[in-house]
Amino acid sequence: MNGATRFLRRIAPQLAILAGILVLISVFFPGFFEVRIANGRLYGSPIDILNRGAPVALLAIGMTLVIATRGIDLSVGALMAICGATAAWGSTQGYGLPAILALSVSAGLVCGLWNGILVAVLRIQPIVATLILMVAGRGIAQLITEGAILTFNQESLIFIGSGSILTAPTPVVIWMIAGMIVTLVVRRSALGMLIEAIGVNLRASTLAGVNSRVLLIAVYMASGLCASLAGVIAAADIRGADANNAGLWLELDAILAVVIGGTSLLGGRFSIVASLIGALIIQAMNTGILLSGFPPEFNLVIKALIVLTILILQSPATRTAAVFFRRQPRPDPADTRTVTQ
Amino acid sequence: MNTVAENPPLLRAEAVSKGFPGTIALDAVDFTLVAGEVHALLGENGAGKSTLIKCLTGAYRRDGGDVRLDGQLIHPRDPLDAQGLGIGTVYQEVNLLPNLTVAENLFLGHQPRRFGFVSQGRLKRQARETLAHYGLDIDVSRNLDTYSVAVQQIVAIARAVSLSGKVLILDEPTASLDANEVQMLFEVIRSLKRRGLGIVFISHFLDQVFDICDRITVLRNGRLVGTQAVAEIDRMKLVNMMLGRELEQETRETGRTDAPSGGPHLSFEGFGRSGRVAPFDLTVRRGEVIGMAGLLGSGRTETAEAIFGVTPHDSGSLRRDGERIDLKSPRDAVAAGFGFSPEDRKTDGIIGDLSIRENIVLALQARAGWSRPIPPRRQAELADQFIRRLDIRTSDAEKPVGLLSGGNQQKVMLARWLATNPSFLVLDEPTRGIDVGAHAEIIRLIEDLCAQGMSLLVISSELDELVAYSHRVIVVRDRRHVAELAGAEITTGNIVKAIASHEAEQQA
Repeated sequence: MNGATRFLRRIAPQLAILAGILVLISVFFPGFFEVRIANGRLYGSPIDILNRGAPVALLAIGMTLVIATRGIDLSVGALMAICGATAAWGSTQGYGLPAILALSVSAGLVCGLWNGILVAVLRIQPIVATLILMVAGRGIAQLITEGAILTFNQESLIFIGSGSILTAPTPVVIWMIAGMIVTLVVRRSALGMLIEAIGVNLRASTLAGVNSRVLLIAVYMASGLCASLAGVIAAADIRGADANNAGLWLELDAILAVVIGGTSLLGGRFSIVASLIGALIIQAMNTGILLSGFPPEFNLVIKALIVLTILILQSPATRTAAVFFRRQPRPDPADTRTVTQ
Repeated sequence: MNTVAENPPLLRAEAVSKGFPGTIALDAVDFTLVAGEVHALLGENGAGKSTLIKCLTGAYRRDGGDVRLDGQLIHPRDPLDAQGLGIGTVYQEVNLLPNLTVAENLFLGHQPRRFGFVSQGRLKRQARETLAHYGLDIDVSRNLDTYSVAVQQIVAIARAVSLSGKVLILDEPTASLDANEVQMLFEVIRSLKRRGLGIVFISHFLDQVFDICDRITVLRNGRLVGTQAVAEIDRMKLVNMMLGRELEQETRETGRTDAPSGGPHLSFEGFGRSGRVAPFDLTVRRGEVIGMAGLLGSGRTETAEAIFGVTPHDSGSLRRDGERIDLKSPRDAVAAGFGFSPEDRKTDGIIGDLSIRENIVLALQARAGWSRPIPPRRQAELADQFIRRLDIRTSDAEKPVGLLSGGNQQKVMLARWLATNPSFLVLDEPTRGIDVGAHAEIIRLIEDLCAQGMSLLVISSELDELVAYSHRVIVVRDRRHVAELAGAEITTGNIVKAIASHEAEQQA
């Protein structure tokens, strides 16, 4: 089996789920797949999914790396608020776009460094370590915006949220390029393997000479970097920084995207592409539910039911049952785990 | 107390077996506990002690064999069920709730009630009465964690006895106690013995076994070695039973007398880590195999971990080819050309979910750094090369290493280090828990590597093995290096003598 078939086989379930949801929506809403070009920009529901899904997709890239090390980053939603507020503040101070982006990205990296030090050096459990910034982050963002919604009119910054590059909305271009760069970096270097190794067995990897401390800090910084891009996009989209609501609960959507993407919360094997498809699945559900005209009070319940169905389909118990019904003994990941204990 | 064996059996296990994927943890083991005895259960790591205990207390389902309590066949579903039947267990880490009071811990789930409410007054009175039997007069309304580990241990014992009352299993109860506390615990054990309980005592401290126990059962590699009355056995014989050498088949075979092929490579001076291994001096020559013997917890693994920077040394120095080097982490050690295959393969060695190929290239890749990936083709070559050279039995190199048998996992560990072409390799129990065929291959490999000029430090409980390949053998006891045997002095008899000798020669 070569690399390409292996890759396709890995993302096949996620692609199938995404296709299923899109088909389901188009049944309820026949004009769903229509895409048109107006004012040099693509419009239509599929484009909308790609565009609206940008923040979660970006967060999912960093979250995948963190979860692969058996960690979790709860602070990314709050980081979006911090970085969005930083960008808005930069704009009101009259900085140019490069300076604004540099400020926001630095803020994201510093927050990621903080998380990384708590996890890798002080050995605090990731869920607790990142909870600190999750709670404190919105306070920090409010300090930056001085409690108000900080609005701006800088065209270059607004372009990040609602402009288009070669007819594609800018946020879509940003998350796709970010996804490609990170995938290439981790798979063309040894980072991917080393991250998976420390995720499966931190102690054994450290004993093999892997610099696990630096790697752990790096993945949290990568997560912070992704959150800063998502934060700038969210702020640029509404032309202002809302410290209270920017990125609210998106850390949970990002974790869900990674889980739907099939990366285990127990760390180890990961696929960024599968997580990105997971993010699109979540956004397709959001958009689909809105479009299909269900009363809004049903939205969250329907979303929960769809997520539940996906997770049941992916659960080891279901896989075992499937193998049982096919009467084809085949080692599955659950077996692997019992053997390695 | 020589007559205890004639008492009617209280708990009798016959031909109990338990297997796990790839290994047989217990192979038809018999064990009999009579009322009013303290029965030691001994054996090295992986001998099957804890598996036997877990089968007796229902934590595991036994695969075969009978367990009878008072003559009745029992099948405990879980430890709670076993407790109801009369078998109580107290573990090394006290399994109580530190933030509740002593009284609540004693009677949790069985509190005296009045009108459906817990009666605090009666709870405290009963708790005080119960603990008085154990010679403990403490304030039972204070939280458990305000007391020492010894007191907590006694509270745990009191709870177990009051809930079960026939059999008490103590799993390394003295591991974190000081000498006075141990005596306090022993008083409690003696009084329980007088009350007719059967007590199973697991410990690595042989002095304590001789002090408190009536009979000893020794397990090795999942099999019963034998049961002996303490009065009829001495330390030498016991160590022999544990390390697997029958006194009858006294072989005269001695260690290697051929000189190592090269000059001095590493020299450790006053090298040690406080609390783990006392400072030692050691010179390792090129092409030399140094064996290290000692019982579990004697400081063997601690020595290896200090050398490899896992718990970096805090005294002394290390020179490699005359040049001083400083190892603060495994990373430093790998960079210095060291390799370390740890004792606990599953938790410290293999990366179970990753493939054989990835496990083999891991140390080499870690040393090269993340930005200089080993090309996929080179990785595949390396993996195939070592799969062939070490005869790793697998369908292909992409199989997760966790699916391999113990012996093949061990070979993957060796391949990982050989791929880095180390000058010094530390192997901690390289042949534990692997089948006979792989065993022989690994020993042959150790000899080959040494002939190629690599220096090795091999820790093993298999004395015959150490004798066969070592140029020198270091004996470790009580966390210090107590003896060094060379050439013709290396016999299993001498090693056992050095391990068992009672008086510490060097008092610090």
